[in-house]
Amino acid sequence: MPNQLVQLEPFCESADTRRSAQSMVAEAPAVADQSKHCADTGNVASVAVAMSGGVDSSTVAAMLNSSGQQIIGLTMQLWNQRRLPQLPGAEPTQHRCCSIDDVYDARRVAEHLRIPFYVVNFEREFENNVVRPFVDDYLEGRTPIPCTLCNNHVKFDQLLLTARQIGAERIATGHYARVRRNCESGRYELLRAVDESKDQSYFLFGLTQEQLARTDFPLGELSKGEVRDIARRLQVPVAEKPESQEICFVPAGNYVRFIEGYLHEQGRTLPEEPGDIVTTAGEVLGQHYGLHRYTVGQRKGLGISEGRPMYVVALDRAKNRLVVGEDRELRSTACEVREVNWIPYPVPDGEVRAKVRIRNRHEPADAEITTVGPTDARIVFDEPQRAVTPGQAAVFYSGERVLGGGWIR
Amino acid sequence: MHIYLDYNATTPVDREVLEAMLPYFAENFGNASSIHSCGQRGRSAVDEARVSVAALIGARPAEIVFTSGGTEADNLALLGSLAASNQSRKHIITTAIEHHAVLNAAQALEQQGVDVTYISVGSDGVVDPQDIRRALRPETILISVMHANNELGTIQPIEKIGRIAAEAGVYFHCDAVQSAGKLPLNVDSLGVNLLSISAHKIYGPKGVGALYVRTGTSIEPQFHGGHHERDRRPGTENVPGVVGFGKAAELAEMNRDSDAAGIEILRDRLEQTLTIALPAVRVNGSSSRRVANTANLAFAGAGGEALVIALDLQGISCSTGAACSSGAVEPSHVLLAMGLSPDEARSSLRFSLGRGTTSDEIDRAIAIIPPTVERLRALSPRASNTVHAR
Repeated sequence: MPNQLVQLEPFCESADTRRSAQSMVAEAPAVADQSKHCADTGNVASVAVAMSGGVDSSTVAAMLNSSGQQIIGLTMQLWNQRRLPQLPGAEPTQHRCCSIDDVYDARRVAEHLRIPFYVVNFEREFENNVVRPFVDDYLEGRTPIPCTLCNNHVKFDQLLLTARQIGAERIATGHYARVRRNCESGRYELLRAVDESKDQSYFLFGLTQEQLARTDFPLGELSKGEVRDIARRLQVPVAEKPESQEICFVPAGNYVRFIEGYLHEQGRTLPEEPGDIVTTAGEVLGQHYGLHRYTVGQRKGLGISEGRPMYVVALDRAKNRLVVGEDRELRSTACEVREVNWIPYPVPDGEVRAKVRIRNRHEPADAEITTVGPTDARIVFDEPQRAVTPGQAAVFYSGERVLGGGWIR
Repeated sequence: MHIYLDYNATTPVDREVLEAMLPYFAENFGNASSIHSCGQRGRSAVDEARVSVAALIGARPAEIVFTSGGTEADNLALLGSLAASNQSRKHIITTAIEHHAVLNAAQALEQQGVDVTYISVGSDGVVDPQDIRRALRPETILISVMHANNELGTIQPIEKIGRIAAEAGVYFHCDAVQSAGKLPLNVDSLGVNLLSISAHKIYGPKGVGALYVRTGTSIEPQFHGGHHERDRRPGTENVPGVVGFGKAAELAEMNRDSDAAGIEILRDRLEQTLTIALPAVRVNGSSSRRVANTANLAFAGAGGEALVIALDLQGISCSTGAACSSGAVEPSHVLLAMGLSPDEARSSLRFSLGRGTTSDEIDRAIAIIPPTVERLRALSPRASNTVHAR
């Protein structure tokens, strides 16, 4: 069964979605053509748009609105910027997620579109499901992906629930990815964005069928340039706003300072005890200053001089040791993943061949995936992969489809 | 038509108030401190308003200090009276259910080294005067207790606390922003030295309020400027605002009893119908010791924030906890102080009625609210906050 599933299945309509997207750019702002999907057509119930104040989600709101869709704008208040004020770059007015400026921008867009708009408070949910696991992951020697945790447990969980509670049946976001219903299997499938350079499917691998069934990604068939063009044509007030790349709650990208500040605020002690930096053979090369400061694959800032490039190969939490090695020692042929989510089908019984992406901008590598129990899997790469990092996600692709993914142990 | 059930947040400006204000924008625009006749017209309008506002609370006009609103009045009361004391050790007593204008001013005082005792309340949302008495210390300078709570409508035993303060020789401030226009107010029978009121809660304009300062009670101004308001609050008088406040105070005094009688019938109908139509709905706070217009209800299993939004989308304005800067809500400190769990606090809504509320509006609200609550409850798989295992 699994092998045949790797093949692309036929869809009810093989409309050239790329062309339809382009025609929209050239002609009218009529978007959200639900008819190219085989399900949930003709539903005129309102859609909640997750509005961050950025150009992507603002454009989604403008597109759906101009197509006549009933929409409600929702902005999530996720983190109180007044917390941890001692962190550098923590001024609450800076252009970061949940800054007052971003909420203001989202509200401005909603006013421009004359749509109902609300700020909903998920600070508690965000802290419990994203911030605390983020900090704990680092302390346990993993390198986390907070965006995926937020997608799985806040945006497509709590926010979708709130959307349904206030009368919207679906949620639309500014992610670059696509959702399609496969008529033969009856399942919802997650596809890469048409614009490879903007594709965010890596961060969405954890979405369940229930979540995908109620999700719209109107930008999935557009390029960033096209989105900007639409934003300008629809006179979206934030059309020229620069993009943010940072982790939204970490000021100035300084996650070490954030972790230290957060632990201090929580009255928790930082396990900052120094330990040995050792080679894979066990030879001591120097001292590290707390494992949370390092990540697998890191080369700079190790404070050792070996005459040859040395990289972090592993974080040995049990022995509080930072293991370093040469580039070849950074390569692994296999890894294990947990909490695997399969998208186009339930847990497969045998092996699945797929292209596996082990970090966001990683070029997917050919691999064989074997399920281990109901939630875990083992991945064996055809070629050794560099810096397979615990805490990151391994996401399985077959062509444009996301087959699933899990968290690297 | 929209059904506005948030009169404790603010009220519409009464037609008569608006008409009284209008001549003081472009025609009689003079600065009330100017010598010339143009300024004198402003001065006499402010003086006239001062008489009306004083009459609302049984004070003398000279005891009224106009401010930019209730928040400034509260700040001036707390910060101003503490600054006027030359004691080396300073202590104040307030309650855990005060408006943030008082609570955050008290916290600012704590930063300056002032000791603050925050008295909690019973499950009825009413403070026990004996708790206040027990908190008194030799160095206590001020007691600050609100009259009607803004979230619950519960009425605090101000007269009793006033007697305790008088016996102890301690200043007593009362935030009466939510009781003005709803309850008879007399500064002598309340036994207060300082009392805050605000125009926009009594069908007057936003941006104007007043602090009553009893003759002989000393406060330090908190702004630096001219000699306005008898050296207690500098700044050019907001003549149109003050005129509106005066007219609103007049109307409040005139309409208070008739307003309250009609509003109470509507509030009780709303509250009783909802508690009968829906299971697991509870009235927060004492239902006997409260002002006539406020109903605070806990809808177990329904998130208050989503409920406010869902109702707004159907044309009903009501509210949950105190709004924060970005417009999102945090659980009410008042409900937490009463002993509600965070989940109970988050499932609570405040409906506050006013002079414009009609029987028809209450009928429509009664038709809309129960199915909305049912839908939310059906979609709430778990009432408590969930942490996903990783």
